[in-house]
Amino acid sequence: MKSDRIPEVLTAMSRKISEKKDFLTDLDNAIGDGDHGINMARGFAAVESRLPEFEGKDIGYILKTTGMTLVSVVAGSAGPLYGTAFMKAGMVMNGKNEMTADDFIECLNAAIDGVMMRGKAVQGEKTMLDAMIPARDAIVSAVKDGRNFPEAVKAGVEAAREGVEYTKTIIATKGRAAYVGERSLGHQDPGATSFTYLLETISEAL
Amino acid sequence: MVGIVIVSHSRKLAEGVIDAAHIMAAECPMAAAGGADDGGYGTSPQKIKDAIQEVSGPDGVAVLADMGSAVMTAEMVLEEPGYENVILVDCPVAEGAIAGAVSSVCGDDLKEVVRQAESARTMSKL
Repeated sequence: MKSDRIPEVLTAMSRKISEKKDFLTDLDNAIGDGDHGINMARGFAAVESRLPEFEGKDIGYILKTTGMTLVSVVAGSAGPLYGTAFMKAGMVMNGKNEMTADDFIECLNAAIDGVMMRGKAVQGEKTMLDAMIPARDAIVSAVKDGRNFPEAVKAGVEAAREGVEYTKTIIATKGRAAYVGERSLGHQDPGATSFTYLLETISEAL
Repeated sequence: MVGIVIVSHSRKLAEGVIDAAHIMAAECPMAAAGGADDGGYGTSPQKIKDAIQEVSGPDGVAVLADMGSAVMTAEMVLEEPGYENVILVDCPVAEGAIAGAVSSVCGDDLKEVVRQAESARTMSKL
């Protein structure tokens, strides 16, 4: 994927998040503080307003600026977490004008490391990592099996959706939902859900 | 004197903690970074930077944050250059603020103020 297509993907992300805003907020109301949908929509709307600045810029610049915008605008945990994820991915893409499947895997690796570091979380704690890590693993194995970039990301989306289903079966030990403890069982994680929407958007654009 | 910044999702909580700490340590420079930029519930990196600026002096600043995005946003701000003399403290916000503010007005240095605030973590109440 070339750098001039990234703004279009960010616009599509913003549209999808805005469509799912109420659903994400409902999910967060059940086990958190109910701000995830509103915060994500506000963050991506702010990213959309910066798109004109991205013309002619490399992918690293675009992803880093997206991350910094999310950090400064999103008032909840999604700000520092998604902000860190995009900024780390941006560092991987520094100076690059095209993203290959291998680049995308490196971006996901950096984003996952960033989220683990920032949130001090690991897989299995009912967080966005429970969608991110299986998605990355599925993309890595699809590429290994010789599948192309779009097919590999499609496999990643499937794995992320399964990850979201898995979050219904576990108790939250990180984030606001940890206060709800066992009562978080049966509820899907809002962050894992929003990550899956973002990955779906990337898949649809490939 | 060491300055203290209170980062909270709630503006009222951040301001209230400062009121409570000032009862025992009125001279301690303290600033609140409470709520989101629009005045709603949440955390704002700009408010954290402004609050640090407000209480910043040669003795440094201790930052106390309530939870979640308040902690993560404070961490991200302090990773930027220029905040070498600012420390994020791992402690309960209200009790830590009182312990830290008292330590600050007693003339302790930043390291000791942080240690005093952290001691609130293990303070038994009953």
